[in-house]
Amino acid sequence: MSAAIAAAGETPVVDRPTEAPVAVPGTTAPHNDRPDPFGQSVTRLEDLPLVRGQGRFAADLSFPHQLHMRMVRSPVAHARLLGVDASEALAMRGVVAVWTAQDVVGIPCIPLREGPSVELDPYLQPILARDRVRYVGDPVAAVFATDPFIAEDAAERVSLDLESLPVLTDATAALGEFAPGLPTQPTTIRKGYGDIEAAFAKAACTVELELATGRHSGVPLETRGAIGRYDAARDVLELHGAAKVPHRNRDALARMLGRSPHAIHLFELHVGGGFGVRGEIYPEDVLVLLAAMRLERPVKWIEDRYEALMTTNQSREQVHRVRAAVAADGFVLAMDDEFFHDQGAYVRTHGDRVADMTAGILPGGYVLPAYRVTGHYRLTNKTPAATYRAPGRFESSFVRERLFDAIAQRMGIDPIELRRRNLIRPEQMPFPRGIETIEDNIVFDSGDYPLLLQKTLDALDWPRLQADLQARRAQGEAVGVGLACFVEKSGLGPADGVRITVDFTGAVEVVTGGASVGQGFETVVAQICASTLGVDYRRVRVVHGRTDRIQYGVGAHAGRATVMTGSATHNAALRVRAKALDMAASMLGCAIEGLDIVDGRVIRRGDSGPGLALGDVASALAPTARARGEREPGLTAEGWYETPSMTYPYGVHVAVVRVDRDTGAARVERFFVGYDVGRAVNPMLVEGQIVGGVAQGIGGALLEEFAYDENGEPLAVTLADYLLPTLDDIPPVEVMITEDAPSPLNPLGIKGAGEAGINGVGAAIAAAIDDAIGQPGAVTRLPVTPVRLKALLRQRAG
Amino acid sequence: MKHPITLTINGHRHEVEVEPRRTLADVIREECRLTGTHVGCEHGVCGACTVIVDGDPVRACLVFAVQAEGAQIRTVEGLAQGSQLHPLQQAFMDHHALQCGFCTPGFLMLSTALLERPDPPSDAELQEALSSNLCRCTGYKNIVLAVRAASKAMHATSGAA
Ligand code: FES
Ligand code: FES
Repeated sequence: MSAAIAAAGETPVVDRPTEAPVAVPGTTAPHNDRPDPFGQSVTRLEDLPLVRGQGRFAADLSFPHQLHMRMVRSPVAHARLLGVDASEALAMRGVVAVWTAQDVVGIPCIPLREGPSVELDPYLQPILARDRVRYVGDPVAAVFATDPFIAEDAAERVSLDLESLPVLTDATAALGEFAPGLPTQPTTIRKGYGDIEAAFAKAACTVELELATGRHSGVPLETRGAIGRYDAARDVLELHGAAKVPHRNRDALARMLGRSPHAIHLFELHVGGGFGVRGEIYPEDVLVLLAAMRLERPVKWIEDRYEALMTTNQSREQVHRVRAAVAADGFVLAMDDEFFHDQGAYVRTHGDRVADMTAGILPGGYVLPAYRVTGHYRLTNKTPAATYRAPGRFESSFVRERLFDAIAQRMGIDPIELRRRNLIRPEQMPFPRGIETIEDNIVFDSGDYPLLLQKTLDALDWPRLQADLQARRAQGEAVGVGLACFVEKSGLGPADGVRITVDFTGAVEVVTGGASVGQGFETVVAQICASTLGVDYRRVRVVHGRTDRIQYGVGAHAGRATVMTGSATHNAALRVRAKALDMAASMLGCAIEGLDIVDGRVIRRGDSGPGLALGDVASALAPTARARGEREPGLTAEGWYETPSMTYPYGVHVAVVRVDRDTGAARVERFFVGYDVGRAVNPMLVEGQIVGGVAQGIGGALLEEFAYDENGEPLAVTLADYLLPTLDDIPPVEVMITEDAPSPLNPLGIKGAGEAGINGVGAAIAAAIDDAIGQPGAVTRLPVTPVRLKALLRQRAG
Repeated sequence: MKHPITLTINGHRHEVEVEPRRTLADVIREECRLTGTHVGCEHGVCGACTVIVDGDPVRACLVFAVQAEGAQIRTVEGLAQGSQLHPLQQAFMDHHALQCGFCTPGFLMLSTALLERPDPPSDAELQEALSSNLCRCTGYKNIVLAVRAASKAMHATSGAA
């Protein structure tokens, strides 16, 4: 086994192409007795309060004299809302107010983050339903009371007058009506390049499939929460419990509420998992703010699990009808796909971006000279959908890799060999994909896809693995292996900035507009800062998720935190370093070139003397310090990073799955991830992200599903029905991190890793199940629940 | 109707008045202001609310506060002795066994009860016990490593003593 794989019990090892020390560009080589923190698996700065029970999650925060909000939600999937009677609730002791749509008339629907859209805007969600309810859980009224139990009791006494309307639960069915004159398909996504017709005309063979990914989602362990507070003394409105994109949300909320962004601030607390769903603007966020101002008391809302499974963004539900034109040697000439994206009841903040990204990334890392895709973006009477970790990629990898498996089967070519013949080769990099998505003109910046595939096969000792499985199958076991190749995306721009300040004790503060959703953001930023500046990373405090500390911020999503905020941190740290060296040179009376900063001290190179503490340099730069001379006051600098384009990391997933023919249960015995991350700032955290992603992928492939009955009634509203994977469901995940293709787009060469673990899981597990039961192409839909798997086994028998 | 009760948490007495329908998790958090115990489902599924009651791990969302009167209750806040972390807390940090940290108090208390039994748990026992709590971030791998490491450390010291 290669040394680069972290199996259970080992610290992750990175497969670095050279033995050279990993010095950050622009700085000197690491000091011998204190290794450069960049690239090291250092422990996290975040952990101490969290293991001591001192974290502060949304539910942990309370303000004196606060009110509690409870939502009244639609019990049916589609109906005309004729009236709301709150008189009984209002009469209850402790109830302060009950609001319906009429009380929030001037407040617009929750807008798209990327700006208005003529097509999509009519389908946005109001903060309280107006004349129709469109899914079970749609907020209709808000109750405000002095105690959460009173609020809950009162909400149950609010009665709704509803008149049933036809319910649409299938995005492939005939269109319905969202509102008079508005069909349930607001937009169609079309992309492509190359001559599809010609490719199919000359194809040696064509392969056609219908494939579906189930509705599942992030389901963070912490439910949503929001606390609104209006500080009349300063005329500042505050939202506590923000996440993911605090600055973007501040701007949107300021617009919705008619306030200046200077007069509304968002505060991120500890966030109990993000995964794409947490930190979007939901109706409740707007309501607590509005109520805090109008009722002149802080207002707290904490979602319960039942609500979380019914109202927080869901994701993934798509049906694809895909076909491929293949040449006699297995080279795929063209792919043609038509898909249906189930958006649920409203368009939310992302608009059609998940569907768009699906269409943009479906070709993956294969050459594919011609491609065409048509995406039907459809509304149904189910919970609204948006992003979940690796949005559009989990789905499209399933479709693409299933298609390639089917082609291999049809042509009698080994599936690995088929992929090899089609993967983009390193000499073709940078590779313009020929398509745009909303976000970017897709250009794969760097990569050696065949190399990663080969390294993965070598690490697994592929021939031996195959032989072992063969032998077990000969003994009657239903066990098999499946593989998936994918390209990820990360580092969505266009720009991010940070401010770094050193104080007189030598402590460093990095203020960023990034956000943390529990992924180790503070540690990574501190490592980059420490490495560039020359201090201990534990001396670096990272401030994030506070709109009152920095004007702009990109937040944490789309795998951008490390790439964007990390690069901006590097740039700012370089500037602080230059300022410190300049000041220190004058203090020490020597040339800048002769100085270095090591472990928080400015030292003369080659000199073992104590040097100057950075804190003293900061003191010398204080506005009032004479030593400063004409220099700009403060040992502080801003740094920006702008990127023209996203970076594209890539990976290979391999699953070994055993099927129990009696129960239909599929068990993942082994899961392997090979992933090129460009450069890993902290391999332990990269590995942690990947293993966590794999677990979520296994959930989506085998267990998790938001099912609905034909009336649109959700069937998975507790964690006993919506099955999150437990330890028992997760095999020991093996991770191989490689650094063969650093990104040329940023100074550190880094690419994102947040979505590396989940991307190809559905695809690899599907292939492994096919292999295990000896029925190529059997799995066409996720999740492969025991019931579905039993049905597949019966099909074969029958 | 509220009842006056006394809860003993981490050796401290808390005199509170609660309605009979209030869960132990809720009272620990809201009345005693010990918010390290988390609530993820209020349904007995996730284990985020796990505390130790008279030596056994208990899902505090499934117990009424009034039922816990007179019992010795331990929560995550009581694990460290001042700045001296409990071996499990240290192991969770060393092995990157937490990401968002929301599930962590529950896993720590579950594991504490497990490791305080006279014999160190076998790998199979560990696997089974830890399968009862949910973590959405880590994929569990590092949680298992951390608990195994702490088990070694704790049983080595107690063996030596
Ligand atoms: S909150 Fe008690 S088990 Fe989930
Ligand atoms: S660390 Fe986030 S739920 Fe476990």
